[in-house]
Amino acid sequence: MSEAAVIPNVTTPEWELPSRGVVGMVCLIVAEAAIFTIFVVAYLYYVGKDRSGPTPREVLDLPIFTSVCLLSSSLTVHFAVAALHQARRGLCSLWLAATVLLGGIFLGGTAHEWYKLIVHDGLTIQTNLFGTTFYSLVGLHASHVIIGLIMLSLALIFSLNGSMTAKHTGRLEVLSLYWHFVDAVWVVVFTVVYILGR
Amino acid sequence: MAADAPVPAETAQTATTHSAPRRLVLDILNDWVTTVDHKKIGLMYIGYALVFLVVAGIQALLMRIQLSLPNNDFVSPQAFNSLFTMHGTTMVFFVGMPILFGFGNYLVPLMIGARDMAFPRLNAFSFWISAFGGILLYFSYFGASGLYGAGSAPDVGWFAYAPLTARVFSPGHSTDYWTLAILLSGIGSIGTALNIVATTICMRCPGMKLSRMPLLVWLYLVTSSLVFVAVSPLTAAQIMLMLDRYIGSHFFDTQAGGSAVLWMHFFWIFGHPEVYILILPAFAFANEIIPVFSRKAIFGYAAMVAASVGIGFISLSVWAHHMFTVGLGAGANTFFVLATMIISVPTGIKLFNWLATLWGGKIHFTASMMFAIGFLFQFLIAGLTGVMLSIAPFDWQLGNSYFVVAHFHYVLVGGILFMIFSAFYYWFPKMSGKMLSEKLGKWHFWIFLIGFHLTFDFMHVPGMLGMPRRIYTYEADRGWMIWNMIISSGAIFQAAGTLLFVYNMIWSYFKGPVAGPDPWDAWTLEWSTPSPPPAYNFAEIPSVASRRPLWDLKHPEDPDSNYE
Repeated sequence: MSEAAVIPNVTTPEWELPSRGVVGMVCLIVAEAAIFTIFVVAYLYYVGKDRSGPTPREVLDLPIFTSVCLLSSSLTVHFAVAALHQARRGLCSLWLAATVLLGGIFLGGTAHEWYKLIVHDGLTIQTNLFGTTFYSLVGLHASHVIIGLIMLSLALIFSLNGSMTAKHTGRLEVLSLYWHFVDAVWVVVFTVVYILGR
Repeated sequence: MAADAPVPAETAQTATTHSAPRRLVLDILNDWVTTVDHKKIGLMYIGYALVFLVVAGIQALLMRIQLSLPNNDFVSPQAFNSLFTMHGTTMVFFVGMPILFGFGNYLVPLMIGARDMAFPRLNAFSFWISAFGGILLYFSYFGASGLYGAGSAPDVGWFAYAPLTARVFSPGHSTDYWTLAILLSGIGSIGTALNIVATTICMRCPGMKLSRMPLLVWLYLVTSSLVFVAVSPLTAAQIMLMLDRYIGSHFFDTQAGGSAVLWMHFFWIFGHPEVYILILPAFAFANEIIPVFSRKAIFGYAAMVAASVGIGFISLSVWAHHMFTVGLGAGANTFFVLATMIISVPTGIKLFNWLATLWGGKIHFTASMMFAIGFLFQFLIAGLTGVMLSIAPFDWQLGNSYFVVAHFHYVLVGGILFMIFSAFYYWFPKMSGKMLSEKLGKWHFWIFLIGFHLTFDFMHVPGMLGMPRRIYTYEADRGWMIWNMIISSGAIFQAAGTLLFVYNMIWSYFKGPVAGPDPWDAWTLEWSTPSPPPAYNFAEIPSVASRRPLWDLKHPEDPDSNYE
């Protein structure tokens, strides 16, 4: 039976559909956003309900420098995509390297903050509700940063060894969408944890 | 190997007869395990779900035997707790979700004229991770004794309320298996949902505008979008529960100020949309099957799409009607009462549209259509008891009673399972190339219908008489015995009907009449392919000009495209 193609072939002009990579990433972002929402809700629900310290006001410092680094990495990854689109591979590698560096600084900042909280302030995930919700929310975000950094580093390696060319712009763009999402989540986490929560 | 060196004829012959069949089996197995074809993955989803349907059905039978007489000791209280937990968890996560995703996987690309899903390898990954979740859940029967030797299978109930799930109250590993199984199933569901959305948006054949998509595809689009926002909260809650159990955080630890009610919120933010995730594909089947067997185009296509999207949105704001008995306060109760009542409006629109499709049609009472019509009546009743329970004071009386159990089984069995059976009779010819026996199908329908009504109509009564759910036995003087006896006898009919269905599938697969590409004279693209369709689906990508491309093809003198 090969009557599969017997449908009248009235080809509609310009039948263009969205890129499946972008749609897939948007779906993933929606799902991830829902996961973050639940953690944020838990944070807000428990904020100020602790019977014992340390409290956020006592131990949290505003991580302004590292936040600026992370947010500006959104800009650099955008420049990397634009450079790849114009087939300027060297420039693309440079911007990717800058993105990885900025993300790395942010992660280092988080590591430093956690070290201080655990060693000097004695706050662990078991200490109280603040510890529970703080480490899980910030940790969930940090794990997303780590995954993003691994993927960005791979892209950087491919860019350096020449296997990523202008025809891969679409794929790098999908990765950049993920990175923008990670940055946007940080805006929410920063607001909730360091501004409202204090 | 044999091709390299010449082999004596005799040796070659024995070598062939010995090794050929074995290689064949391994080849077939290898083919199925490594496949990324949406049809094979769809069939694996369905087969996997059917196995678990039988397993969870047997669990239901065991519970019904236990409850058929007062003071019965057929199973121990501990075993009973495991039975209802495993029955609920299995039916929702490892029967309902996979069977619906299986049909979606199989049908969505065929109906939109695509050769595969948008991400075939993600599709295989999602299936195998869900399958692994189910196996992990059942491995708990052997592996969950844990340090304290307490319990084996999970016994915390399918919604696993805190603080029962805390380490102190659930020692051993049974709850860990439950959490991990749900987490894996959730990851698989999100992967497949992402795939279905991307396929629907990006893989449609030329001319298949959104306004021309078959309603089944529309409903799968809505249901998959709902998965992102409903299943993700459950995934988040499972992560929290695991953190609580493994590294001592306090999310749901009431002794350290954590909140048990927060778990309820998180669970039901998933739990109620989940009902719609399960019922929307059943609506999807009805949208394809009822028009074909009424020989009419669906009534109110645009209203159907709008109602589906409406249900998708409203279903996100009704979760706390599961929590009226918690005491949320008048404001919250009023909100959730009204939201719950409002969701019956788009659902009612759908029912009226199906009735209007039947109206004046030339109805063909095939087994598939009989199940669909059973669905219409039973889903209406299920919806009406739902509206009753949405009234908070009524819920205070009957919450957590057998009335609630009867209500949601009316939805899940009378609604969803009936439509799944209907879908099997309708699409089995496409999937296997053979027709299912209509005669056995009608026997299946009547036996199952009788069993269903014996069980679930009468289940409302002990609920109103005060019988709580999840009790493992009751005293003789309660006056519940006669009702429980009737309920349990109905379960036997349902089991018999299901056995007949399984027999019908096996018999028809080998002995049934050949189906041909289009046995129902239907109108959507999957019927333009051979049965079963080749791996590439369409030799040439079709293009469509209306919602019923095969009608246009069969009736060039009066195509739908003139009217849409």
